[in-house]
Formats: sequence, C-alpha cells, structure tokens
Amino acid sequence: MNALNITKGSSSNSAYNLRSGHEDVIERHTLAVLVANEPGVLARVIGLFSGRGYNIESLTVAEVDHAGHTSRITIVTTGTPQIIEQIKAQLGRIIPVYDVHDLTVEGPSVERELSLFKVSGKGEKRVEALRLADVFRANVVDSTLDSFTFEVVGSPEKIDAFGELMRPLGLSEMARTGVAALSRG
Amino acid sequence: MTQTMSGAKMVVQALIDQGVDTVFGYPGGAVLPIYDEIFQQNSIRHFLVRHEQGAVHAAEGYARSTGKPGVVLVTSGPGATNAVTGLTDALMDSIPIVVLTGQVPTFMIGSDAFQEADTVGITRPCTKHNWLVKDTNELAATLHTAFHVATAGRPGPVLVDIPKDVQFADGTYEGPAKMKSHYQPQVKGDLDAITQLVEAMETAKKPIFYTGGGVINSGPVASQLLRELVAATNFPITSTLMGLGSYPAKGDNWLGMLGMHGLYEANMAMHDCDLMINIGARFDDRITGRLDAFSPDSIKAHIDIDKSSINKVIRVDIPIVGDVAHVLEDILKVWKARGRKTNSEGVKEWWSEIDAWRKIRCLDYKPGTKTIKPQYALERLEALTKDHDRYITTEVGQHQMWAAQYLGFNDPNRWMTSGGLGTMGYGFPASIGVQVAHPDSLVINVAGEASWLMNMQEMGTAMQYGLPVKQFILNNERLGMVRQWQELLHGERYSQSWSESLPDFVKLAEAFGAKGILCSDPADLDDAIIEMLAYDGPVIFDCLVEKHENCFPMIPSGKAHNEMLLGDFAMKGAIDATGSVLV
Repeated sequence: MNALNITKGSSSNSAYNLRSGHEDVIERHTLAVLVANEPGVLARVIGLFSGRGYNIESLTVAEVDHAGHTSRITIVTTGTPQIIEQIKAQLGRIIPVYDVHDLTVEGPSVERELSLFKVSGKGEKRVEALRLADVFRANVVDSTLDSFTFEVVGSPEKIDAFGELMRPLGLSEMARTGVAALSRG
Repeated sequence: MTQTMSGAKMVVQALIDQGVDTVFGYPGGAVLPIYDEIFQQNSIRHFLVRHEQGAVHAAEGYARSTGKPGVVLVTSGPGATNAVTGLTDALMDSIPIVVLTGQVPTFMIGSDAFQEADTVGITRPCTKHNWLVKDTNELAATLHTAFHVATAGRPGPVLVDIPKDVQFADGTYEGPAKMKSHYQPQVKGDLDAITQLVEAMETAKKPIFYTGGGVINSGPVASQLLRELVAATNFPITSTLMGLGSYPAKGDNWLGMLGMHGLYEANMAMHDCDLMINIGARFDDRITGRLDAFSPDSIKAHIDIDKSSINKVIRVDIPIVGDVAHVLEDILKVWKARGRKTNSEGVKEWWSEIDAWRKIRCLDYKPGTKTIKPQYALERLEALTKDHDRYITTEVGQHQMWAAQYLGFNDPNRWMTSGGLGTMGYGFPASIGVQVAHPDSLVINVAGEASWLMNMQEMGTAMQYGLPVKQFILNNERLGMVRQWQELLHGERYSQSWSESLPDFVKLAEAFGAKGILCSDPADLDDAIIEMLAYDGPVIFDCLVEKHENCFPMIPSGKAHNEMLLGDFAMKGAIDATGSVLV
C-alpha cells in the first residue's frame, strides 16, 4: 500500500520541508544587547545564533559598567523581518540578558568601527597610500621603511572603501573590531 | 537566616528551604560530600535510580504530576552527560527541574581530570539556564536563583554544577528570602490586545480554542478558568498532546486532540475556523502540517508567556504575552463587562458542521477476533481504570498516539508524555517519579516494547522502593511508528524496524521480583487487566497486539489539515464525507 501516491524512495514529503516558499526581503539590523557580565554569557548569545541558524555579520563585546558588571554586546545581523523579531525575542529570554535594543528601528543611531591596515610598498605606491590615508583621516600608528600601519575609524562602509583602495597599493594585513553603535540623542 | 556551613550542607539546606522533600539521583566521586550530608538527615528522601537519564525523567514525571519542580542529583562527567537527554526533553516540554551535578575541584577544571566534562558547556543549549559555582559563598544564592528561574515564566530545566572543593569548603549560607533576580517575566497580558480578542470572540461564527501544555504549566486555576470560558461561550475546544486534561475529555465542547494523529473533527475545525484562540500552545509542526495551508481563513490569537513563541512559526493577528491564568481571568472579566456576547446563531451552525465531521467516527477500527487490536487494549484499559485515581505516562510512538486518542483525561497533571523531543524511554522512569509523588494512586505507563527496553533498568528502582507502577506494554514486536512510516512513505522497505530477540517479559518481571502478565487473546484481556490492577507491586503487562496496525487519523507530513488519512474502517460510518479526505 502506498496511500499517499508518493514516489517510492522520495523524501520530498519530509516533515522538515514544511516551510513556505514565500521569502521576505532580507534586512540588516544592528542590535545592542545589555547583559550581566557573568561567565559564559557570550557563549549563550553566540550559541543561540549558531543553534538556530541566524547570521552574525559582526559582534563586539566589552564591559561598559564595571561597578554593575554589565556588558554591551553589539551584533549586526541579517534576516527577514520575522527572523529579526525572533532573534530579539530569543535574545530577550536568555536569563542574563537585561535588555535588547534594535538600533536600526529605534530611531537614528551612529555606528563606528576601528580598523588597522598594514600596507607594504615602496616609491610611488608608498606615497599614494599615505596621501589616501590623509583623505580618509587615517592615523599612521606604526611605520617602517617599507610599510605603514594605518588606523581608520568610521562606518563599516568607509572601512570597506579604504581597504579596496589599499589593496593595489600593497595591503598585506588588516584587522577590524566590528561595529559599536549607539542611538543618537 | 545566615550561618556558616560547608557547601555540601548548603545544598541540603537550600533544598529543604525550597520545600524539596524528594530527590532522584545517583552518587559518584564528585558528589560524595553532598551524599554524605544526605545520609545525615531525614528531611529529604533520595531515590536511587539505575541510570542518570532515568533520574531526570523521574523528576519530570514528579514535576508534571505535582506542579512542583523536580530535583536531580548526579555526579560529574558521565553522570552529567547521561542527564542531557532528560534536560533536553524538559526544555522542549517546559518542565521545571533543577539538576545538581558534581564537578572536579576548581583547581583541576580544564586539566582533563578523571570524570571531568564541560558540563555547563554541554548543557548550555539544553537548559533554561545553568551555573558553575566556583565560590562556596555564592552557592546558596545560586541554588535559590536556580529554583526561581526553573519555575518562573515559561518553566524549564536548570543545572547547577558544583565542584568538589566548593562542596568541602565552608561559606555563608543565606535563605531564599534574600534571593534577588532581575528575571521577572511578564504575567499580565496587554489589556488592549485582550479587548481586541474579546471583540473577535463576540462576532466569530466559527471560533475554536486550541490549547496546549501552557495551560497545565500555568496551574490548576488556568484549567478552571478555561472550563469557565468554554462553558460560557459554548465554543469548541481542542488541545495538543501536551495540553490533554486541561479541559475534560468528557466535557460537551471537547473535540479531542488535534494534529498529525489528532481527531478528524478537531483538525477539520482548525482548518475551517474563522477565529483561532491559541492558549499556551506553540504551533508545533506536528500540529500545523503544511504551513501555507494552515487554517487559511481565520483570525489567529496567541496567548503565550514566552514572547519568542509568538510569530515564530505562524503569524498571528492578536498576540498576547502573559501567563495563561492571568490572561484568561482578564478575558472573562472584559467579556462579561461587555455583556457576555457571542454570535450564538453562527456558533450553533458551526456546531452542526462539527457534528457532521464527528459522524465520520474517525477512531473506529476493525476489531480483532483472534488478536488484540492495540486500540481495543486501550479502550479496555480506559473502561477498567477511568474511575480510579489514575495517572498515565507513555513512551513514544504509536502506543503514545493511541493512548492520547483512546484514553480520556478529565483533569490536568494526569498525563505525562514526551511531546516536543519525543524521547523513547521517557515513560517508565516518569511513571516512577509520578508514583513517588502519588504513592496511593494508580500509575500506568502505556508503552511499546521497543521504547520500554530503553530504560528497563529502572525496574530495580521500582522494586527497591516498592513503587507499584504498571507497565502496560503494547507489544507488536515492531518499532510501530517507524514501521508505519516505512509502509506509507518508504515503499514498505522495513529497514531495522522490528524488535529482534525480545526478552520474555514475564520472566523479566520475575527476575526483578515483580509480577509479569502475558495476554494475547482479546477474550482474556479484561481479566488480565483486572489482575494487573489488583496486584500490589510493579507489574509488567506484556500485551501481544496486532503487529501491523497503523495509527489513524494521520496528517501525512507536508499535507494540510483537511488532507487527513483515515483508517479503512472509519469511513464506513460516514454519512457524507465532506472535505478532500485521502484514504
């Protein structure tokens, strides 16, 4: 008996295939998560994202209130509006999480990221790198006879743009902190 | 109360102060100081299980049948890892349990010491919260917070990992009164949303209550208020597997369980309704079937204490975050204040539609003359035990679905089953936990032979404590649900789904000193069940049933509610089979 008229060996009727084909547009949100700075709290947040298949574009964390042992985790994530709502609700139910703010929808906010670029080169390329660094208001934080290390602070887009410009000029290494963000006003 | 004592003594003192009188556990090197304290007191009774998974399921049974948190004490390493399945089970079904694990001394953590495991790391995703306590002075506060977190809001399992040196060291004990936690979930629902729901209830032509385990977790008051609301509005009500008993099965408005193996009338009503009121359920995939065809024309309201349950799977129109009892109380208040209105004409017509679906008699089956049909076994079990003070647990599979279909639950906390995780091996240890909590009640575990074997070692526990749990095994010598899916979905290729080399269950019972009963003839069944009930002690009832019976109705996965498969026999009683029923 094959009452369902399903081709033998077919797995297309798996229970895990129930999601509708309807896809919403993917949005990018910056979340600020205030947490008790207790052992394992970052693992809980990261474990939530990996366990439920959410995306992390960047994540920064540091204690912001030493007396109150409170840390601020800034997460940049992407997903459909429904997934973003889920992420916020799921974060909110982690016990050491005090508060979750969606900076993308709660009015204007500023986002800044710090980055370091090591650019090796000689002659014209070296001069050009220094000139562009000036345009981007990058600081030279280390220098040798054949390399510069620049520090660039700004929006993720500005840092992306600086990296693209440095690539042909001898970019050899870069490091980024991820986004820190605050609401305006 | 503030006093100095060892960490081990603090554990016992904290349990006493939390009102705990029962612990399920298994000793080992890293919890010996706590076991030494347990030896020297009489306030807490410790039940020695035979495997740590059994301890957690027993605690779940205890918790689910009493409404109090269940407590487990196990050792480090394998003790903790063996508890993981039970923790995951409790997390999925929102059961409040507190698991205490021993850990190697703090100065050895990270050295791959004997019986060391990263317990908080391993159990982080399968607990509501967990803690590693590194300082004896923080132990008492952590334990009190653990009980608070396990029971507040949406209940769940928590774990406290206690290194052995923390157990030995002295520290300051503080009682639960000093416990402070920022974790204070919202229990009152938003009044605007509640009013919106009441407005929808006043005009709905085809309303339905769809209730779940949240009603039971909310406590007996929630079940009382639910019954009042159903009686006052005359709306039909269905429930998930986890919610059975919150509304009585003998109640007039009861449609039976819904979902993959739910009743025809319940699923059809869910599909065709114009107002769905979800109370403490979570739109699980076993309930919804195909999402884009799920109840297409209804306004959906969802009451849940966990915000993350709302809009997770199904987008709802009226979300209400709050505790079921609090929200139901407000719904009743608002509804009464607005004049107790319903669209009674529409609802009356709705009931006549439902009555037509009921005439399908979807649970009818072809009786066996020589072999016992599993449905018949449960019908007889129901008939012979329904007037008892009865608690039912189950394992997982066909027998579980038949138990949900053929047994009637008229009160909350009487039905313990592994719903979310579907843990084979849950039912037997759970029945032990239930019996511990209710020593004078009848506790029956409806089991399949394959599930039952997964935690059969707990026979030793049942015997040691004289717990008269009845193991009612529907033995079809198959992994019945796996076999059913292989028949319907995998071309009848029965890959590894038979139970080879089964024990003689009667001899097995006798080997433990319990009673074994074998029954294979329908004519003997009643007498055999009566014999089981009369025996004062654990019984293994080996009920040999039809080997190839399928569990119907069935919504095949990937299908909609109105595309149910019915058994051959059910259709015979149909007057007119409306809806696109696949046979």
